[in-house]
Amino acid sequence: MSGAAPVAFQAIFANALLDREGPIPAGLGAPAPADPRRRFAVHRNNMIASLLQTLAARFPAAAKIVGPEFFNAMGRAFVAAHPPRSPMLACYGDEFPDFIDAFAPARDVAYLADVARIEAARTRAYHAADAPPVSAAAFAALPAEATDAIRLELHPSVEIIRSRHPIVTIWAMNSGERQLAPIKNWCPEDALVVRPRLEVEVRMLPPGGAAFLLALAAGQPLREAALHALAECPHFDLTDNVAGLISCGLATRIIPAVVTGQPR
Amino acid sequence: MSSAFTLPVSAGVGFKPVHFRDILAAAQPVGFFEVHAENYMGAGGPAHAHLRALRERYALSLHGVGLSIGSMQPLDREHLERLRRLCDRYQPASFSEHLAWSSHDGVYFNDLLPLPYTPQTLARVAEHIDAVQTMLRRPILLENPSSYVSLADSTIPEVEFLAEISMRTGCGLLLDVNNVFVSCANLGGRPHDYLNAFPLGRVKEIHLGGHHLDPADSAAPLLIDAHGTPVADPVWALYAHVLAIAGPIPTLVEWDNDVPDWPTLRVQAEIAEGLLTHARARMSRASAA
Repeated sequence: MSGAAPVAFQAIFANALLDREGPIPAGLGAPAPADPRRRFAVHRNNMIASLLQTLAARFPAAAKIVGPEFFNAMGRAFVAAHPPRSPMLACYGDEFPDFIDAFAPARDVAYLADVARIEAARTRAYHAADAPPVSAAAFAALPAEATDAIRLELHPSVEIIRSRHPIVTIWAMNSGERQLAPIKNWCPEDALVVRPRLEVEVRMLPPGGAAFLLALAAGQPLREAALHALAECPHFDLTDNVAGLISCGLATRIIPAVVTGQPR
Repeated sequence: MSSAFTLPVSAGVGFKPVHFRDILAAAQPVGFFEVHAENYMGAGGPAHAHLRALRERYALSLHGVGLSIGSMQPLDREHLERLRRLCDRYQPASFSEHLAWSSHDGVYFNDLLPLPYTPQTLARVAEHIDAVQTMLRRPILLENPSSYVSLADSTIPEVEFLAEISMRTGCGLLLDVNNVFVSCANLGGRPHDYLNAFPLGRVKEIHLGGHHLDPADSAAPLLIDAHGTPVADPVWALYAHVLAIAGPIPTLVEWDNDVPDWPTLRVQAEIAEGLLTHARARMSRASAA
């Protein structure tokens, strides 16, 4: 007998799964000559191997950049620090990019966490709510004088990742979207992740584009959002950016300006 | 009440998104598809688009892997609520879960962990199944686990434990024949004894899957329920044995790792369908005689 009540038995079993070097729970048996420690190792291995597989499936570009040995070592440290809190493993690894930022052995690969941020956003976009984008025709039908004051509701899948590194290029080269090649012009890039319909897309935003979209996402009207973008990039072109936004399917609703001075 | 919640008596396949195009390209000789409920709990996107398309064409079985019914701690109400919404949305022909636990103190272990079989754990599992069936407004199926260790605290044989749970709660049973083979090999039992004692009248679905022999342990054979290979010959034989006793039962082929191409997986379902056809013929001969 283990001597423990079932609830205590599960606590002991659970702790022994997490403390991988520790002793195994009392009361585990296997027919001779099998070793109960070897049998318990099946459960220890099921957990860690399946979670490393989950991380590798969610962060393939990050895994490719550092190689499987480094990635799995980092993954083990992550699993130990952040074991899953939900059986919905699609969300497992949301904290992985921040963990990479703080993971000393990965410090030399300064862009790794931002690549992981794109990959984490891709999974969230994959599972985000469906919403049909606003058509170009619906936008074109707005009276010209009304457009400045409208607000746009962005697609639920939209995420923006701003980086000090050429993050979209690095991601694309490590996920088969572009050929691996030396990056001659090492400059900051902002990534847009969106799934307007069924395909998740990763795009590089033009200068000012991230500030513009973040302002729209915060509920600012087009005119104010454009001012944010202009403050960052004097060449920001509102017409081009709005056209791009509509054609990429980023907007799901046009919210007309509230007319002030009129009885509600 | 239970007639609305039955799978077609035919062979089904565990759905993998990589097969989606192949499956939709033509009518498949498959009675139903089964999916892991936890993979369809996001808000939208391709996962739901796939499931909608499958559900329009085939019967659907939802198979949970994360409810932790065997936990001594309370069920995760949020997870149960997600399951309810999924069942409401897709109206599956069946919902099944495992006699196992997978969460403790909020940590999810992503594994099916063993529990001792005692009057106390039996009462707890029955209570959890009552709660799930009340929440989902349907009887569920409970699956026998694959075991790697025996637990000294157990006082009730697994088959009796499952039979008693089924009797107390009205839940059906999901008999995983591969799990029987794996557990017996690992713990030293005889699969035929296990199956002959099993309450086959309560079995509403059978699972078949592949296992492999762990190469690290040559002194004592250790089988891993890995679902990464075809169904093994001795498991097919045990399956035929079950059908000979119980008659035809809806049967699922599971292949979750190193997933093969669709034709390879379909062949597994066709073998099961062949054995089901044989069992049907035998049954009609018996009833004609």
